[in-house]
Amino acid sequence: MVKKLLEGIRVTDITTYRTGPLTTKGLSDLGAEVIKLETRSRLRGGGGGGGGASTAALVSGLQDANGKLSITLNFASPKGLQLAYRLIAKSDIVVENHAAGTLKRRGLGYEDLKKVKPDIIMLSSCMQGQTGPYASHAAFGHQLAALSGVNQITGWPDRPPGWVGPYTDFIAPRYNLVALLTALDYRRRTGKGVFLDMAQYEAGIQFMAPLLLDYTVNKRVANRMGNRYPSAAPHNAYRCLGEDRWCAIAVFTNEEWANFCEVIGKPAMARNAKFNTLLARKENEEELDRLVNEWTGSRTAEDVMSKMQAAGIAAAVVETAEDQMDKDPQLKHRGFFKEVERPGGGGTYRAWPGAHFLLSKTPFDMKRAPIVGEHNDYVFKGILGLSDEEMAELAKEKVID
Amino acid sequence: MVEKSEGMLSPYRVLDLADEKGLLCGKILGDLGADVIKIERPGGDPARSIAPFYHDEPHPEKSLFWFALNTSKRGVTLNIETADGKEIFKKLVKNADFVIESFPPGYLDKLGLGYRDLEKINPGVIMVSITPFGQTGPYKDYKIADIAAWALGGEMALFGDADRPPFRVGHHAQVYLQAGADGAMGAVAALYQRWISGEGQQVDVSIQEASAQNCSENKLSAWDLTQALKKRGEARAGAGHIAKQLWTCKDGWVCWSYGASTPGRPLFEWMDSEGMADDFLEAFDWERLDLARVPQEEWGKLEDSTARFFMTHTKAELLDGAVKHKVMLYPVSTTADMLENRQLKARNFWVEVEHPELGGRITYPGPFGLFSEASPKISRRAPLIGEHNQGIYEGELGVSKEKLVVLKQAGVI
Repeated sequence: MVKKLLEGIRVTDITTYRTGPLTTKGLSDLGAEVIKLETRSRLRGGGGGGGGASTAALVSGLQDANGKLSITLNFASPKGLQLAYRLIAKSDIVVENHAAGTLKRRGLGYEDLKKVKPDIIMLSSCMQGQTGPYASHAAFGHQLAALSGVNQITGWPDRPPGWVGPYTDFIAPRYNLVALLTALDYRRRTGKGVFLDMAQYEAGIQFMAPLLLDYTVNKRVANRMGNRYPSAAPHNAYRCLGEDRWCAIAVFTNEEWANFCEVIGKPAMARNAKFNTLLARKENEEELDRLVNEWTGSRTAEDVMSKMQAAGIAAAVVETAEDQMDKDPQLKHRGFFKEVERPGGGGTYRAWPGAHFLLSKTPFDMKRAPIVGEHNDYVFKGILGLSDEEMAELAKEKVID
Repeated sequence: MVEKSEGMLSPYRVLDLADEKGLLCGKILGDLGADVIKIERPGGDPARSIAPFYHDEPHPEKSLFWFALNTSKRGVTLNIETADGKEIFKKLVKNADFVIESFPPGYLDKLGLGYRDLEKINPGVIMVSITPFGQTGPYKDYKIADIAAWALGGEMALFGDADRPPFRVGHHAQVYLQAGADGAMGAVAALYQRWISGEGQQVDVSIQEASAQNCSENKLSAWDLTQALKKRGEARAGAGHIAKQLWTCKDGWVCWSYGASTPGRPLFEWMDSEGMADDFLEAFDWERLDLARVPQEEWGKLEDSTARFFMTHTKAELLDGAVKHKVMLYPVSTTADMLENRQLKARNFWVEVEHPELGGRITYPGPFGLFSEASPKISRRAPLIGEHNQGIYEGELGVSKEKLVVLKQAGVI
């Protein structure tokens, strides 16, 4: 039986901004029917959908809505809440990422949902979890990355912590998707639903684990080390020909070092006492970096990468968005970006991020984002069985908003 | 058999052949209850030599990096390049649900242990392959390092100061952890599909693509829709000014920025309650719609008094205050700060894991989520080298003690 991955799995999506929408986008990419609840009168952050929104919202919100269905339902109204219950009764999964307690106050907590659908899988993703003294606090991903310790260990030791953007926004959805897909198998085996309390903080901290053990065991507080790595040299990004062009190079073994010296046309340097052992290279790393920069500076980053890789050395162009989308032959080969129709027409855009993985027997695909309310008819009439008259009445009352 | 309380993946067995690049994948599945058997080469996996070390003693049984990424796994040693090793591996595959590996593409095929070979032994087996660039494509045989993956993922070009090279995020291999988590995600996706189709398949994870998942500043859409390239060091620039993101405070740094989607009034009120708001802040219109276009000079006034306020508080005070006053601000934590964090303590996040050989317990970061049932948890410390050879080879596969001695001497286990 050939069936699309997650075909027949319905998800009620009550998420905004980044982490929640990226989680449900992961499910829609895998073929689940993700129904995004939004309202025309209050398009927010990354939650905003397609055609009706401004260019700014198009840029920030479109991608996270890829492949989803959009309905406009004001579930803060009593009638809207009843419709939300009816939709959830026909759903397998509910995902929300509001500040802890928000949905509970609106009658959409896990205990409420269980009454409507006993085996519902509900995932709540917020900054710091559903319980504890900081539970209800809201913030953004770049602040959470700071709280998770990422900035502290990023950048130069002689400068303040480095900016890493909302890094944890891209960690948390991964754990969310692992939890949801695992819960689907658990429900299949046991018939039981589950509530998944996913703190973005606790997800982010997973990636700090080795350094946390260094503290709990050795009381060493991790700090910044720039682009260095204890057992490699050269190990940095090196300046190349052109404006702000760079190539990262990492040399680990003595064999790689000898090959490296061949590539830069200085085979004798491999035996130079200043550089002929790892310890020597670490000792003279600044001088080494200068020598590497001299060689890379007159070459393009692409040229440096291909020459080094041909000699078995890890090297990589520091790619810009242009490089990624229009030049990188590997991402092109793998279909990482996909051109899809703009919601409402008027050309195309490229959907990203691509798949977290490819499956050898079950291909799946990215699809375009919806126009706000595009699937009202399909959902309200087709799934919930409302009549045209009922829909018109609810629209007049701003329940379908 | 190992004693385990019910986890969501308790019925499943995982054979984990991965090195540094894929260790997190098996840890996630193990913490979810799967019976994960870490298969190392005789003498132990090279990742056991990665720092930091317990009491800074470099020893294969004391790598804290290894400890952190191999919880909830048992361990055997096996040389899968030998004929005897292959036979043993194939026997293990018969009863396995997942195989995780991170060898160069084609390596296992050459040994006769690729997915095509294994599915003949066990059609339900799911093979998770975590490689630098995936199983196909012009770069498939290229080398990777964490810094190279950051470079090719597109984020690094945005990070750093204009007068120095761009930098990677963190300094242990963050991208390998991303790829490991993606592998776990692919594993359970394929598990769900197996229930429908009855068949396993290969999950193909590319470390480059794991890195390319990270996209701050909407840089890809900006290029795609307007051919605009975001510049390094100006990643958070508004139209009229560059907003400060990381500020110094009494004992470190704090992350905060004024901006259209970050309400400024709560911070103003907090500052005002401590007599730290100046006339400029008192008169500022917090609801103004053109916030992004405020010119740099005026923006500087907004930031000056704020900078002074942060300098009067510690990180811990700012965190408590942010929660109390509903300000979207968090301090830049150190690992030491995280251990003291009130919220994590209240959620019993930290767990004590027994390490009898080291004569005590070590505090670990706890699970990635709290489930209403079958919640993930660390069921045991990382395995010692070959710790479960006897239990698995003799106990399960019925290889006699005498034969195990032979296999040991021959370098198979």
